[in-house]
Amino acid sequence: MAINVIKPGLSTTVQDLGRPGYYHLGIPTSGGMDMLSLAAANLLVGNDSGAAVLEAVFLGPELEFTADAMVAVTGADMPPKVDGEERAAWTAFMVKKGQVLSFGFLKAGARAYIAVSGGIDVPVVLGSRSTYTLGALGGFEGRKLAAGDVLPVSAGRGVTEGRSLPEALRRKPGTPAELRMLPGLYWHRITEAAGKTFFEDTWKVAPEADRIGYRFKAGHPLEFADREQPFGAGSDPSNIVDACYPYGSVQVPGGTEPIVLHRDAVSGGGYFMLGTVVSADMDLIGQLQPHTPTRFVKVTMEQALQARRDRKAVLDAIGAALV
Amino acid sequence: MKTRYSYGGDEHIFVECDEEMSLEAFFKGMSITSALREAKIKGVTEICPANASFQVRFDPDVISPEAMMAELKALEAAAQAAPSTLQTRIIEVPVLYNDPWTHETLMRFRERHQDPTSTDIEYTARINGLDGVDGFIKAHSGAPWFVSMVGFVAGLPFLYQMVDRPRQIQSPKYLRPRTDTPRLTVGHGGCFACIYSVRGAGGYQMFGITPMPIYDPNQTVPYLRDFMCLFSPGDIVKWKPIDRAEYDHTVAEVDAGRWMPRIAPVSFSLTEFQKDIDGTNARIMEALNGH
Repeated sequence: MAINVIKPGLSTTVQDLGRPGYYHLGIPTSGGMDMLSLAAANLLVGNDSGAAVLEAVFLGPELEFTADAMVAVTGADMPPKVDGEERAAWTAFMVKKGQVLSFGFLKAGARAYIAVSGGIDVPVVLGSRSTYTLGALGGFEGRKLAAGDVLPVSAGRGVTEGRSLPEALRRKPGTPAELRMLPGLYWHRITEAAGKTFFEDTWKVAPEADRIGYRFKAGHPLEFADREQPFGAGSDPSNIVDACYPYGSVQVPGGTEPIVLHRDAVSGGGYFMLGTVVSADMDLIGQLQPHTPTRFVKVTMEQALQARRDRKAVLDAIGAALV
Repeated sequence: MKTRYSYGGDEHIFVECDEEMSLEAFFKGMSITSALREAKIKGVTEICPANASFQVRFDPDVISPEAMMAELKALEAAAQAAPSTLQTRIIEVPVLYNDPWTHETLMRFRERHQDPTSTDIEYTARINGLDGVDGFIKAHSGAPWFVSMVGFVAGLPFLYQMVDRPRQIQSPKYLRPRTDTPRLTVGHGGCFACIYSVRGAGGYQMFGITPMPIYDPNQTVPYLRDFMCLFSPGDIVKWKPIDRAEYDHTVAEVDAGRWMPRIAPVSFSLTEFQKDIDGTNARIMEALNGH
């Protein structure tokens, strides 16, 4: 079974749960930006939660199926259509041989996940099928999809059409978005007043927001604490001796526009970081559209771990609902 | 040298061995991360050494952040006694300095630079008191460099110049990062050189380009068949200035799958280096030149 890509959408890539273990060489985990939606899409069509799916940003692709397959679309509100006829999202539906899957306009969120029973069968590279476009690694030929591509699909398990995820388990980002952040890393580089303002400001998602990182603007520039720059760092007060960047870390080049690093993160560099968005809120970031008002909310480690448990409970509930 | 620990959210611990860069800080991080790798602590998912710091990623469902922190602090105490010697390799990297491709790029991004009226190499030569482009090339390629971190993007090495501090080249990063950098550009920011493994964004000054691929996800380049990234922390690099004819010839040989870099095994002792920098470098160069 294969899928012919008629139109690729804006930027559609193959993603799974990612490629851990190579960050020390600058190869990020990649994987779905919104892992909860990715896992849900897979479970709906009878796949393991980590099978390879398509992640479509802002604009969906147009895909022709060469055999019957069960499909589910989750994540962003971007209505799926089969031969032009709308189908329900978060629900398994059949696409028959020769039919075309397409999408209506984006209504909410940013990234839709398209799971096909059996999973997209691109080669496993360093343990994952995820695409890392910057390194031309994994996925379909290391790049986003293009018209004319033919995607191989593995044989799926039979599942019944109409399996659906209860509304309560379809998590959506709020407006304004709130991203919980644990201060730390180089927090001491800014003044106390600047630290307070950072959490009070309402930031806006900048147009430069992709799988590497989300940039935010419209808040106050940060004021730096006085110090003599350490040897090797560079002269700007926002410079540090190049170090590793945690996933979710909030770096602020020049003290002006925070960037939250995401699944295709650059693994290190020379800009100071204020802290790290908690793991539980990373899925939400991937669903933020440009200009979305966003606040950073200061949390403790205890609250970060509670948020993690809450997310795990949602994931378990999704699994239980789709047994 | 004061070690500073910080949590990076609920999945990372970030450890700064020292605020400023030095080989001593690098070796301290290397000792702790090596010990951590050997300790095989359950729940550790990524160990990322960096220039004067390192980062550990862990699964807090397996090991609590507090327990992970305690493990690292215990390892730091044990690592103090570790010997600072390395069995490593020296790799010769040919460089076409002042090449046309980085020149075209730096002219395109001139308004993001500290000194729009000169080139990156002229600017860096001037602020480091070097005698123009030629003086710069001599200083840049005269002594070996130490790979003190791999990252940013796939396989990109950060390199630390193996000379005493007054001779180390320093330059700021671009005022605003570029959105484009040619693949295999030799760059510089702070005290670090780098080789951009892929084309993309970058903030380092651009000095030249190497014809030698250092990352190949398809692993068709003969010397990258074992693994797609060439460099590991602890490798030593010697730049070899080449002219345009040799650059073109090397590119053709690489494309034909015939070219191999010059690589030789060598040992490195931090103590020996601290006692006699130029003597140690001369011995390392002998390993490369086969004397």
